[in-house]
Amino acid sequence: MIALFIRDVRLAVRAGGGFGLGLAFFLIVVVLVPFALGPETALLSRIAPGVLWIGALLACLLSLDRIFALDFEDGTLDLIATSPLPLEGVCAAKALAHWVTTGLPLVVAAPVLGVLLSLPAAGYPWLVVSLLVGTPALSVIGTFGAALTVGIKRGGLLLSLLVLPLYVPTLIFGAEVARAGAGDLAVETPLVLLAAVTCVTIALLPFASAAVLRMNLR
Amino acid sequence: MVLKVVDLGVARGGVPVLEGVNFAAAPGEAVVLTGPNGVGKTTLLRTLAGLQPPYSGRIILPDAEAIAYAGHADGIKAVLSVNENLRFWARVHGQADIADAVARFGLGELAARRAGGLSAGQKRRLGLARLAVTGRPIWVLDEPTVSLDKQSVDLFGAAVRAHLASGGTAVFASHIDMGFDVRVVDLTPFRARATVSRDYDEVFL
Amino acid sequence: MASIWEYANPKKFTATAERLLPVLAVLAVVALATGLIWGFFFTPDDYRQGSTVKIIYLHVPSALMAINTWLMMLAASLIWLIRRHHVSALAARAAAPVGAVMTVIALLTGAIWGQPMWGTWWAWDPRLTSFLILFLFYLGYIALWSAIENDDTAADLTSVLCIVGSVFALLSRYAVNFWNQGLHQGASLSLDKEKNVADVFYHPLLLCIAGFVLLFVALVLLRTVTEIRARRTRALLARERMA
Repeated sequence: MIALFIRDVRLAVRAGGGFGLGLAFFLIVVVLVPFALGPETALLSRIAPGVLWIGALLACLLSLDRIFALDFEDGTLDLIATSPLPLEGVCAAKALAHWVTTGLPLVVAAPVLGVLLSLPAAGYPWLVVSLLVGTPALSVIGTFGAALTVGIKRGGLLLSLLVLPLYVPTLIFGAEVARAGAGDLAVETPLVLLAAVTCVTIALLPFASAAVLRMNLR
Repeated sequence: MVLKVVDLGVARGGVPVLEGVNFAAAPGEAVVLTGPNGVGKTTLLRTLAGLQPPYSGRIILPDAEAIAYAGHADGIKAVLSVNENLRFWARVHGQADIADAVARFGLGELAARRAGGLSAGQKRRLGLARLAVTGRPIWVLDEPTVSLDKQSVDLFGAAVRAHLASGGTAVFASHIDMGFDVRVVDLTPFRARATVSRDYDEVFL
Repeated sequence: MASIWEYANPKKFTATAERLLPVLAVLAVVALATGLIWGFFFTPDDYRQGSTVKIIYLHVPSALMAINTWLMMLAASLIWLIRRHHVSALAARAAAPVGAVMTVIALLTGAIWGQPMWGTWWAWDPRLTSFLILFLFYLGYIALWSAIENDDTAADLTSVLCIVGSVFALLSRYAVNFWNQGLHQGASLSLDKEKNVADVFYHPLLLCIAGFVLLFVALVLLRTVTEIRARRTRALLARERMA
């Protein structure tokens, strides 16, 4: 499983698309927002936490179909399924690799983009914390969606349709933490709920992902 | 390590394609499955590999993790080198040594090359070398000689012979003569009978 | 005693469904017609809401069915995953569009009701938002069914999606509640009689609900029979190609 994780990270780094594309997309979304809403600082700083969360979520969504599709096309997935690795572990390792190559860079880049949207100073730590706690759930849920659509040609759009409703709880609690943090309000409740959602998805969804992967390989 | 197939039936897309298939393969034996396109060779091999459940009958294996499977696609990552590709599969299967497989399939000179730069035949050889690093006794191969030239086919034949000599087993679908003794199982007589009844049941036939 | 699982045989199911369908259809029409006419013309206007209150006879039953359809799909999915009865999977597939339409009716009638009452067609109220999310789940479920060629794989995958979706729908419900406390009134019906709507509204409403349930059952039976036939056609064609 460690071998699989290392291989996935290595593939993302060498083939590009992993770090690069997601980050660039995040940047563009955030840059486009002031063009649409006007440059007024007060407005931007009020909506900054939400915009950054939406941007991170979309950037995360962008790279989901690569989790399994490439391995499915070149036969690797069949071979992994016949290897001694448990598929549940494979799904967990793949989700972790996706988070390291997509989620983590987004967390690191978010404060920089926060400057562009004049996020209030108090919001930075909570923005980073909320993304750090929330993005693993995005990767794990996304892995489930990718496993569902792995056998479908051009399944990217369907993948978004399936995954986005599942992102609702994470988005609500995550953006709430960032918003409350930026407004100097109490963040404990949404933060605990966000962490709970993440823990539950990490604990349960790899099993569902492995189950649907098995069905898809049949 | 005897592989036994008893009254095996397999289905593709929920419709039975083969039924009542029987054969056995002892250590040192190679079984070649033949039959026209679409008869269900690939489906049967995937069932053997455990990728899909049998529709009926049984597959008797001494050890659930005895089978190394190689399908139409080789599972090679273009941006990794030949060595990295092999080392990944070796680690997945808990093996340490890839030198033997590299030598056996004549990959020594290519070891540091990116797999994406290999020719089709070289890729196929790399895909087959993967079998050697799994350390599993029963090889299940789907059209292993596709896109191999004469020399590579010989190389492949030698590798399979060496595997058989060391007590391994091989089951594969192929159309060409390997140049060594194999047991041929023709799948044509095992085609599922076209039973269509008015009292259709759970399979809608 | 005959086991209920006998009806898992597609042939037996089809025969029984076709006998039941005309009866159910007639009952549904009668119940709906009586309930709606009674409700629309023979109940007094509400002292606060005026005649707008009467949309309750469409709004409440459709909202109930929107949720219960998903629960029925969940049950059918579990039966398919555990007992592998094809009819069960096909019934879940047949119910999904019906549930989606019920959700749309609930949202639309809600908007028409909300306009005079709250002065807005739409508000990001928790209940409204939850229904919108439920609608998205229906869309995803239907899209996944139609995207996969292999019927059994499609049944498997949608079943898992239904189960996972149920958990997330529930999570979303509470997340949305947390996110915004709403305008929507409490439940219109409950077993606790004190909080119920007044009796004059209550009886025709029950009749409308019965009508919607009957309509739902009839539609799902009809669509399931269609799915069974389509499935058999595909199986026969596949067999023909092979021979």
